[in-house]
Amino acid sequence: MAERSFAKEVQDLRLGAGEVFHGEGILAITKALLECGVGYVAGYQGAPISHLMDVLSDAEDILNAYGVHFEASASEATAAATLAASVMYPIRGAAVFKAPVGTNVAADALANLASGGVTGGALVIVGEDYGEGSSIMQERSHAYAMKSQIWLLDPRPNLPSIVKAVENGFALSEASNTPVMLEVRIRACHVTGSFVAKDNVRPAFTLAQALEAPRRDTGRIVLPPASFVHEREKVERRWPAAIEFITRNGLNELFGNGRADVGIILQGGLYNGVVRALNLLGLADVAGETSVPLCVLNVTYPLVDAEIIDFARDKSAILVVEEGQPAFIEPAVRAILHKARATAAVLGKDPLPLAGEYTTAVLLAGIRTFMTDNARGLLRNEARPPDVKALLDDPKLKALADVVPPRPPGFCTGCPERPIFSALKLVEKELGAHHIAADIGCHLFSINAPFNIGATTMGYGLGPASAAAFNVPARKKAIAIMGDGGFWHNGLTSGIGNAVFNKSDGLTIVVDNHYSAATGGQDILSSRADNARRATQHPIARAVEGVGVRWVRQITRTYDVGRMRDAIREALTTREKGPKVIVASSECMLNRQRRERPLLQQAIKGGKRVVRPRFGVDEDVCTGDHACIRLSGCPSLSVKHTDDPLKEDPVAAIDQTCVGCGNCGEVADAAVLCPSFYRADIVHNPHALDRLLARVRAAVIGWLQARRERGLVGFAG
Amino acid sequence: MAQDSLADAVSRPLSVAIVAMGGQGGGVLSGWIADAARASGHVVQATSVPGVAQRTGATIYYLEMMRPLPGARAPVLALMPTPGDVDVVIAAELMEAGRSLLRGLVTPDRTTLIASSQRAYATAEKEKPGDGTADGGAVLEAIGVAARRAIVADFAALAEANGSVISASLLGALAASGALPFPRLAFLDAIRAGGVGVAASLKAFEAAFGRAQEGATRADGADAMPAKPAKRLPPPPVSVGEPRLDALLERIHRLPAAVQPMAYAGVRHLVDYQDPAYAEEYLDRLAPLTAIEALHQDKGHALAIETARQLARAMAYDDVIRIADLKTRAARSGRLAREVGLDPGTQVLHATEFLHPRPEEVCATLPKALGQAIESRPRLMRMLGVLTRRGRRVRTDSIAGFLQLYVIALRRRKRRGTLRHGREMAHVSAWLARVLETARSDYDLALEIARTRRLVKGYSDTMSRGLSKYDRVLAGAAMVAHRADAAAWVARLRQSALLDEDGEALDGALQTIQTLEAATPDRPLAKASS
Repeated sequence: MAERSFAKEVQDLRLGAGEVFHGEGILAITKALLECGVGYVAGYQGAPISHLMDVLSDAEDILNAYGVHFEASASEATAAATLAASVMYPIRGAAVFKAPVGTNVAADALANLASGGVTGGALVIVGEDYGEGSSIMQERSHAYAMKSQIWLLDPRPNLPSIVKAVENGFALSEASNTPVMLEVRIRACHVTGSFVAKDNVRPAFTLAQALEAPRRDTGRIVLPPASFVHEREKVERRWPAAIEFITRNGLNELFGNGRADVGIILQGGLYNGVVRALNLLGLADVAGETSVPLCVLNVTYPLVDAEIIDFARDKSAILVVEEGQPAFIEPAVRAILHKARATAAVLGKDPLPLAGEYTTAVLLAGIRTFMTDNARGLLRNEARPPDVKALLDDPKLKALADVVPPRPPGFCTGCPERPIFSALKLVEKELGAHHIAADIGCHLFSINAPFNIGATTMGYGLGPASAAAFNVPARKKAIAIMGDGGFWHNGLTSGIGNAVFNKSDGLTIVVDNHYSAATGGQDILSSRADNARRATQHPIARAVEGVGVRWVRQITRTYDVGRMRDAIREALTTREKGPKVIVASSECMLNRQRRERPLLQQAIKGGKRVVRPRFGVDEDVCTGDHACIRLSGCPSLSVKHTDDPLKEDPVAAIDQTCVGCGNCGEVADAAVLCPSFYRADIVHNPHALDRLLARVRAAVIGWLQARRERGLVGFAG
Repeated sequence: MAQDSLADAVSRPLSVAIVAMGGQGGGVLSGWIADAARASGHVVQATSVPGVAQRTGATIYYLEMMRPLPGARAPVLALMPTPGDVDVVIAAELMEAGRSLLRGLVTPDRTTLIASSQRAYATAEKEKPGDGTADGGAVLEAIGVAARRAIVADFAALAEANGSVISASLLGALAASGALPFPRLAFLDAIRAGGVGVAASLKAFEAAFGRAQEGATRADGADAMPAKPAKRLPPPPVSVGEPRLDALLERIHRLPAAVQPMAYAGVRHLVDYQDPAYAEEYLDRLAPLTAIEALHQDKGHALAIETARQLARAMAYDDVIRIADLKTRAARSGRLAREVGLDPGTQVLHATEFLHPRPEEVCATLPKALGQAIESRPRLMRMLGVLTRRGRRVRTDSIAGFLQLYVIALRRRKRRGTLRHGREMAHVSAWLARVLETARSDYDLALEIARTRRLVKGYSDTMSRGLSKYDRVLAGAAMVAHRADAAAWVARLRQSALLDEDGEALDGALQTIQTLEAATPDRPLAKASS
């Protein structure tokens, strides 16, 4: 079960014509798919699109009711390849994943799909993970659209526009026999809003019909000579068809006073930011009524030459607002106008910055410069755009820069991955530093304090693969980390299989937390939960043995730091040849708490005997060296200042949020740290025997304590 | 306030930024505010940044809201805050409030800042071997400069006291601030509509509402920061009616007034640690400092006070006996119950201790001769190593487990005879001698050497690391002893020793000294460090 449930929200997917739908972008997209009579949806989770996957799986009953099939794909490549169903059959299909990393993985399938072309509408919905909150390399999906010739939609970030884009996407795809990519930015995925719903539509042609009456056409298969025909087809037939459709249906929008002699061409996704910038400059009102002509590209590829030329006519200067680099639209606009011998000057990534997110502040600065240089007349003096420079130069705020500590994301309280890295750190203290190849997933948080473990990350499931070169005789072995998500995504073959085949000697630690945890706790092949719609409980260790690994260790409780450390040490020191794989399994604490807490509360309310562990620190034993914290970094293990005049440093302290995972005690033990830690097991609703035992113990212990006190003198308090 | 924002709401949207750490419930708070806005007839748009940003890291939620525009025109609302253009910033933690200031989200002309003043220390702060915690005062000062209005209080504690979460108390503070033109009822209904933990959330809301209304009158949250507890340094009483203790008190009263509280703290600690006779020893060792202070009236007895502190710590070294003693005290069981919030009526408490003495610690607790005999026999040590490989888990609430520690604790009477005691006392004497001897020529350097004893603390590896750092700093002290600014150098060495575990920063500082000594033997620190 996923981290966030949309069980309630998805009921709105049943809304009919005229009813108003309220919700987040991702829900709007799902509703739009149903209204477009989509036949199947496939996807792979990953922010900012994870919640779309959660919505789809929570909505599976509703989808099925409308004859829509949903696949939780093994990878983005799988999801993209699934669109093959729309090549020969008039079935609308959608694939969703995060971009551009997902697009990278899907590239092969996308290129083949785009070459042969499609019959039914094929929509690739990508959540562009760019700018603040992004967890990946800063690149653009735009390049993929261009290289494979897939049309790229970048709608204005409001629900009606996004819903319209889904409709247009399918229609455009069918009109031009070309797959269409719909790009939604991070915040647009979760922007709230509303739109007027239409009735949901059952697919006219079903997958079952296709299965029962299969069709084929070698002309659609990517193999010479067809592949050469495809290339010509793309430019001679599909491109003109797309241009014709985009123009006729007015997919791109014009705003503002068309007579001004400057104008702005912008990606639809940046519309709200640009309007806000104009608003703060006194050039637009809050509803987007503006004196500056805007050409909003809801389709950023292909560009419609005629539209650009018309927009530039009688304009002395045009600003192209295009986020991310390299710029593709700006040079294209320049080329179009140059060919048309148009005179308008084209500006873009100067005055706007070459790289980085185009926040409102950045747009404000860029557009201001553009206007000052090219249309000073339009700028109004009474406008007072916000300027915080003077404030930030105030000594008291400058001083703050050195005070506020960085707070990168890290392991949650009680995370089962923490003890794995505690153990790894302990082994490194014994055997020295190793080359450790990291992977994508929560476990990548190991690169930060306090663990500072991990040298590189080469992509999802590619941890072991990225250690492949270090397959040479040396006094140390390479270590690779990989999550269970990455393992099933591709790591089993790209990492483990590769290591077996190349007789690698290195160690791979598979972090098995029972979910695709970093993306929101979606189920995967090795998940332990029973899932009515998916086959779970396929052990990673068996898959590993299946591809020929002989040295496999299954750790069933990662919190056993001692065992964890011993297994790692053995793997790194054993004479046995061949790849070593340690499968370290314990359930993601975030999901476990979500599962267990309500049940526990119920049991306690119901008067059942429940034992809840919690850890603590004896503050008079703790000397405030914080070695335990350097092996943990748990949010619930912090420090506190005491009133003891003899202690200058704050002591360790564990707060109420402790879930009693056990890591603190295990680490103190394994690392021979200090005896400050204790585990307090609170017995709720104790049995009569518990109470009796407690009374007897208290009595005896009390007597012993009193006996000792008698022998001692001491100051009170 | 509410009035002019009402006027604003027609020409431009109201903007609210929530800065929090992943897992603090910023999403819930954002949802409540959106509901309240909608219920009050506003068009509202909320955005958030999903993904790993929400795994305990700093994250931000953003809302814009305004009255519907005349006609069918829909407002175009921004998806992210613009520095200098935010009406309300809600910070769920003090340093996150600081971060929002650095982002320019809080400005004197516009912004009402509602900040919870509790600290959730970042790893960068917690992991330092010394005290790496950031100065919250700096944030409060900056708030005074940047915010139009600030409501700063420990809303986390308020929420906890009412059995709820911080999002509820922050919503209460927001409602009280009047920064948004919505009736109190709209916020309450939003909580009710949420449906989860409603009763507790409402309680927290009310509590925060009240707290904020008093707070709202203050320009900044000056009194809002949970202050660090003051060090407990009471003046020594004249008598406690116990001859052996009164004798000690009488000696303390003969010390200079300034030194008395710290000496009293030391004596209390050592009587608790060993016995009155041991405290006598302590006062004997302190005695010579009185003479030195007499020669440096202007120094306010800094050296004597610091030595009193460090000497008490040093003489009360942490050995197995001490641990066993502390963990079997009567007061301790009570404190445990308090710390875990035990309800003795309906609950029973089990306590497990995690102990892992190494062969070294075991020998150290034995009588000197025996301990040395074993230590000098590698085979015996190895056998001991096998016996102590696994850590011990002791149930101190069970009689058997308690007895194990109780018996060890009884060895307290024999402590003076242990191998460890001999070594510790030798180390203490050497350190004290060094302090006194240095004081003859350089009072300030002596003070720094006294302070350096602070580096020796902890158990097993931690202890040995501390000792090696201590030795390295004193070695450095020897190198610079001839300088006028020697004290400043040693202070710098000690601070760098507390920056990281293995003392890399310290070695760096020592390098600097060596090169300096080679180059310009008498260049003062000020220039050297620049």
